[in-house]
Amino acid sequence: MTDLSKLTIASARDALRKGDVSSAELTNAYLGAIEGAGALNAFVHHTPDIANVQAAAADVRIKSGDAPDMCGIPLGIKDLFCTKGVPSQAASGILNGFKPEYESTVTTQLFDAGAVMLGKLNMDEFAMGSSNETSVYGNAVNPWKSDDRALTPGGSSGGSAAAVAADLCLGATGTDTGGSIRQPAAFTGITGIKPTYGRVSRWGVVAFASSLDQAGPMTKDVRDSAIMLEAMCGHDPKDSTSMDMAVPNFEAALTGDIKGKVIGIPKEYRMDGIPAAIEKLWEDGTAMLKDAGAVIRDITLPHTKYALPAYYVIAPAEASSNLARYDGVRFGHRAKLDAGDGITEMYEKTRAEGFGAEVQRRVMVGTYVLSAGFYDAYYNRARKVRALIKRDFDQVFAAGVDAILTPATPSAAFGLGEMVDADPIQMYLNDVFTVTVNLAGLPGIAVPAGVDANGLPLGLQLIGRPWEEGDLLNVAYALEQAAGFVAKPQKWW
Amino acid sequence: MSIDTETARRVAKLARIKVEDDALPALAQEFSAILGFIEQLNEVDVDGIEPMTSVTPQRLKRRTDVVTDGSQQAAVMKNAPDAREGFFAVPKVVE
Repeated sequence: MTDLSKLTIASARDALRKGDVSSAELTNAYLGAIEGAGALNAFVHHTPDIANVQAAAADVRIKSGDAPDMCGIPLGIKDLFCTKGVPSQAASGILNGFKPEYESTVTTQLFDAGAVMLGKLNMDEFAMGSSNETSVYGNAVNPWKSDDRALTPGGSSGGSAAAVAADLCLGATGTDTGGSIRQPAAFTGITGIKPTYGRVSRWGVVAFASSLDQAGPMTKDVRDSAIMLEAMCGHDPKDSTSMDMAVPNFEAALTGDIKGKVIGIPKEYRMDGIPAAIEKLWEDGTAMLKDAGAVIRDITLPHTKYALPAYYVIAPAEASSNLARYDGVRFGHRAKLDAGDGITEMYEKTRAEGFGAEVQRRVMVGTYVLSAGFYDAYYNRARKVRALIKRDFDQVFAAGVDAILTPATPSAAFGLGEMVDADPIQMYLNDVFTVTVNLAGLPGIAVPAGVDANGLPLGLQLIGRPWEEGDLLNVAYALEQAAGFVAKPQKWW
Repeated sequence: MSIDTETARRVAKLARIKVEDDALPALAQEFSAILGFIEQLNEVDVDGIEPMTSVTPQRLKRRTDVVTDGSQQAAVMKNAPDAREGFFAVPKVVE
């Protein structure tokens, strides 16, 4: 029996090609691991029948010598991706029972490359949350523990992060609107990259905030992220914001040589109240890149402080518009109506029953900032501030900076339920280091780099130039090599 | 900025989400906190700055205005909560 905890996409690919293992064997082993991991609540829809068919097809393909890198690799798919004939609910009650008649572009590409879908993964409802606590399926649980508390795997891609960290799959799809790949990756000691806006097609991915949403891979290491990202990328005529640009071989970019690369350290990311362990991690990471031959440069991104408030105008505004489609008419949940109820009552009751509290809150905030009389004061002002945030980055890159190093999160994973009584803004602060990257449309990657005093993983974030994911992955690879993070959660589930 | 219960009621109505009367004060309080947070944006000098419309410099792609798919009535209706004879059924809209 293969030791799943030691396997990566790269090593599985090589073993499959050599014939040391079959995709059917791997798939079977992962399906077994998932069966035994109900306590993590990571997989919320199981698709063993699809997985077995895909694995058998992959084995035939591998034998014939025509096997792309992802061929036969068992994956988990975030519930935000529409998968044909398989429940795709965005972890929302309003999409209860929804089985798409079509396949998202990302999953189509992965399946065309021979990847195997083990099931659908838990997440925050409509990707709105930082702790996976807004899911209609209940909380996903972090496989890491420091005491007897159940910890959050982060959010919104919490199920993806928990599944990869617990060796329930070799990789998972995630999506990132304000940090939803990078924050959960950091909380669970895995790697996750949000590519440049427009790199990966959004078609068939349930929309949250269309100008910020990007899908990306969540994997055990940087090499796996490079391999899986390449399979997810590419121009798609069905997404008008998808960039028509060749996809490089990202894995080939991983030389580990970063001599002379200029790494920016932004002073605005030194924030009050950040735990000493994270400050230290950031300093250590800076020293590691310097030792690897990079040039460290202090930089300034003056509008950083305004990124979160701008995000909490723009994202809810876009969400209120995107989520208008959930009206109980064409798909999903429709409320039971009372005698005499008309169409307005149908909308209002359906949306009150179908949407959870956080989604309702954001839809209403978005409705407010877009309403007559407030559009200029809130929405247009936020879009102007967004232009300034992007300009900050443009200027730094124009001055020769190749990548920017920051912490990924302001804390390690916290306990499930611990933020219940906090006001919503306390939860929003989780994204303080990641949200700027979405507003500026840049690629960003979280790499596990150490543990805190309680043994919980901590991540660093690297931010790259637009469209230069290869270069960014290479800097991340150098950081990974230097950090040598090998800790794994103790199995308790 | 402080949001009163009446404004909260109006926003809920605009968003087509039913909120019971007794839940409005708490909702108004949450809105106030969030908007208070957002109001930091007023500190920023945005004179002469154009609101961002696209984060990447590309112009949206054009294509010929022709039908690219269709004839999928069954697939379109498949997930409807109430579909009858090829139509979406809803409560009476016009008296």
